[in-house]
Amino acid sequence: MAILTLTINGEHVSGKDDESLLAIAEQHGIRIPTLCHLDGLSDVGACRLCLVEIEGTPRLFPACTTKPREGMVVSTDTERLRKYRRMIIEFLASEGNHQCAVCVVNNHCELQNMAYETALTHVSVPYLYPKKELDASHENFIIDRNRCILCTRCVRVCHEVEGAHTWDIAGRGIDCEIISDLNQPWGTSESCTSCGKCVLVCPTGALIEKGEAVSEMEKKTDFLRYIVTARQKREWVNLDSDEE
Amino acid sequence: MKPRVATAWLGGCSGCHMSFLDMDERLIELADKMDLVYSPIIDIKNFPGNVDVTLVEGAVANTEHEEMAHLIRRNSRIVVSFGDCAVTGNVTAMRNSLTREAVLDRSYVQLADITPQIPRDYPTIAELMTTARPLHEIITVDAFIHGCPPTADQIWYAVSQLLEGKIPALSNVYLRYG
Repeated sequence: MAILTLTINGEHVSGKDDESLLAIAEQHGIRIPTLCHLDGLSDVGACRLCLVEIEGTPRLFPACTTKPREGMVVSTDTERLRKYRRMIIEFLASEGNHQCAVCVVNNHCELQNMAYETALTHVSVPYLYPKKELDASHENFIIDRNRCILCTRCVRVCHEVEGAHTWDIAGRGIDCEIISDLNQPWGTSESCTSCGKCVLVCPTGALIEKGEAVSEMEKKTDFLRYIVTARQKREWVNLDSDEE
Repeated sequence: MKPRVATAWLGGCSGCHMSFLDMDERLIELADKMDLVYSPIIDIKNFPGNVDVTLVEGAVANTEHEEMAHLIRRNSRIVVSFGDCAVTGNVTAMRNSLTREAVLDRSYVQLADITPQIPRDYPTIAELMTTARPLHEIITVDAFIHGCPPTADQIWYAVSQLLEGKIPALSNVYLRYG
């Protein structure tokens, strides 16, 4: 492990060589928008919102899966990146069926918040209105694929933290969808422990608790920090205090 | 001359218009500042010409809405998508992943109490479009008021701006879906 120095948005910062640009930026109070990253889970670069510019290459890089180099010059908030981020939200909106007005997580939704952050007044690409399945076969939870943005937080938390690996992705391209076990109703899954972690980490209304009405459900992801810290450091942090 | 303002009701639940009325006593102030020349809440039969600002509630769901949308565009200087159904399709567009026939069958046959039949070939009944679309997919839209419904404060802000000849810049306070 080595400490490197680099420049983010004109500011000289330092970070460890095994950390992501996203983590280093966050440590220095530079917020990069993201939907698929969640502290405590591995990073996969699924949502592309954290794309950043790196001097010397025309390519854009996802900050969550890009490691720093000595002397790297990174920009996280340029006109081009803002345009692309809004475009990503437009694509996510058009590729699913997101009716905020009748959604259980309305007003508590990370996708909705990202639409506000990118000042999305309307979706300029045609809506696709895909036919997506809702599965309410589980005793406590519902998966509504209409609201899924394929961030794979559910897949990762189930595999990496719970250890059950109930969720995975089937299909390719626009036909990708989240499936349980061997693409069977969630309620018949033998691996699911009904722990509910996937529901809590889901940024949208794709995974929800039964019995919640419009706007009633608020996701809380604090538990992840508690479990992951306990497992990695043998420390049981107090989630009520602001300090780690 | 006071600005000529119209409001129209396409494929929506009228909730946006209810929210408009929810501006309460501010409506009296608006009445001084503008002429309401067409609206579901006043008794004018035909959409007039030479309109300054038109607020359009609802998605474009049938052929009558589509004709109306084009008429509104021709006769209005500023067209505003008024509420989430006009902006995104919202609840009106929830049927879009089903076929049109399945939707008609569900509505007119399966759920009918008497004389179950799908209305066809009635010149007075508009044809349901294959999909309900947001207004801006049909005509050019100049401004957007979000929400299901938009709050009275949002509408007041947007209309006040429009009456001053400005396109309302939606700060984060007023950009809210759902």
